[in-house]
Amino acid sequence: MGALVDWFTDPANWTGPNGIPTRFLEQIQISLIAMVVALVIAIPIGVILGHKNKGGFLALSVGNIGRAVPTFGVLMIFAAWAPVGVGNLAAILALIVFAIPPLLTNAYIGIRQVDEEVSGAARGMGFAGMLMLRKVELPNAVPLISAGVRTATVQVVATASLAAIVGGGGLGAYVVEGFATQDNVLLVAGAILTAVLAVGTELLLAFAQRLATPKGLRLREQAFEAAS
Amino acid sequence: MPLFGAALSAADGVITPAPNPWFSWSYVTSHTTQLFIAGREHLLLTIASVALAMIIAIPLALLVRRVRLLEAPVLALGGVLYTIPSLALISVLWPIFGLSPWTVIIALALYALLVVLRNTVVGLKGVPQDAVDAARGMGYSKVAILTKVEFPLAMPTILAGVRIATVSTVGLVTIGALVGYGGFGSLIYSGFLQNFWHAQIMTATIACVVLAILLEGLLQILERVLTPWTRA
Repeated sequence: MGALVDWFTDPANWTGPNGIPTRFLEQIQISLIAMVVALVIAIPIGVILGHKNKGGFLALSVGNIGRAVPTFGVLMIFAAWAPVGVGNLAAILALIVFAIPPLLTNAYIGIRQVDEEVSGAARGMGFAGMLMLRKVELPNAVPLISAGVRTATVQVVATASLAAIVGGGGLGAYVVEGFATQDNVLLVAGAILTAVLAVGTELLLAFAQRLATPKGLRLREQAFEAAS
Repeated sequence: MPLFGAALSAADGVITPAPNPWFSWSYVTSHTTQLFIAGREHLLLTIASVALAMIIAIPLALLVRRVRLLEAPVLALGGVLYTIPSLALISVLWPIFGLSPWTVIIALALYALLVVLRNTVVGLKGVPQDAVDAARGMGYSKVAILTKVEFPLAMPTILAGVRIATVSTVGLVTIGALVGYGGFGSLIYSGFLQNFWHAQIMTATIACVVLAILLEGLLQILERVLTPWTRA
């Protein structure tokens, strides 16, 4: 325990390329790039499939099978594939593959589960096509989509620590070095930092989600969470 | 000209890289024993982790139902454990349990805990009060109400949690490769370390997906068998 405190208070661990701030930023950078790419791919596809009420089987199977795909394996595949190779890029690509299925499925379900009475009323008022999507379906799907984004982001930030196994950066570097040198202090310090980042992200996003959810839909969002 | 060039380079002894295909049936046939051993380890680690998660989560769900005040803090704690990366959990447990399957099992059980716990709590909450009242009116004891009315009615939700936990655990077992107990993950990792052996990495990854889909299917069948009334 004392050794752990010493490690955290050692100024040498707070500077340079292997310092805590650098590793922290690396992990956030890897996660952020992966999330942005995954969002740009998954959300439009999920929303359009939901809006057109097509490809439901595809949208749901992607989510189901996606959960079964081991990120560790995908990471190794990318790292061993010459055009990508070891490093952060392999981790970013693996995290994109990891994040797309839940995002896509949630976006699809989010649009599909919009109350039939709500969309019916809107249709009666002359809403259709893009207008229906923008003014009715999307706002009503926000709680579910943002819940999906939040879960995916937290999981991506947590999983990004695997990057160090394939020679990338991030907080996992301490864990990997700790395993390699049998240094328990380094191992536990890395674990604590990764955990703090993941839990911090979760808290931050829970707060952001509250702000992003339209007031009228908040109650229902809680009901969904309880039911999921 | 290309023909000539090829002959020339061969004559010069230019080293062409050994073939390293991603998909190789001969890899599968020549490594059936390794794949079988890895698969058995993967299955055992998954079952042990999910079983341990259930052993902790289900009594905890009952406790939380009796003592309502505990519900929010217990679910929040489960949420924190669920958020902590498996890699971090394994690394914290490593100094305690060392190179042992328990390092992997406990880490993954802590991760799966929240899914089973939350679904058990929600499932029990969803039992209609009418059904409980009717059972009480028929003279059922508290234990009988729990085992014969509440648990069966909550079963679909609880089993859905077990199914989700199982599928995620199959994927996460692979990370156990770092401490020597990763099932197919150990094959993936050793393939990576052995000069990027594509066939081994790909085969073990696919085997992992297949195992997850098989277990998901099995649990769905179990769900149908255990809850015949939901098929009406």
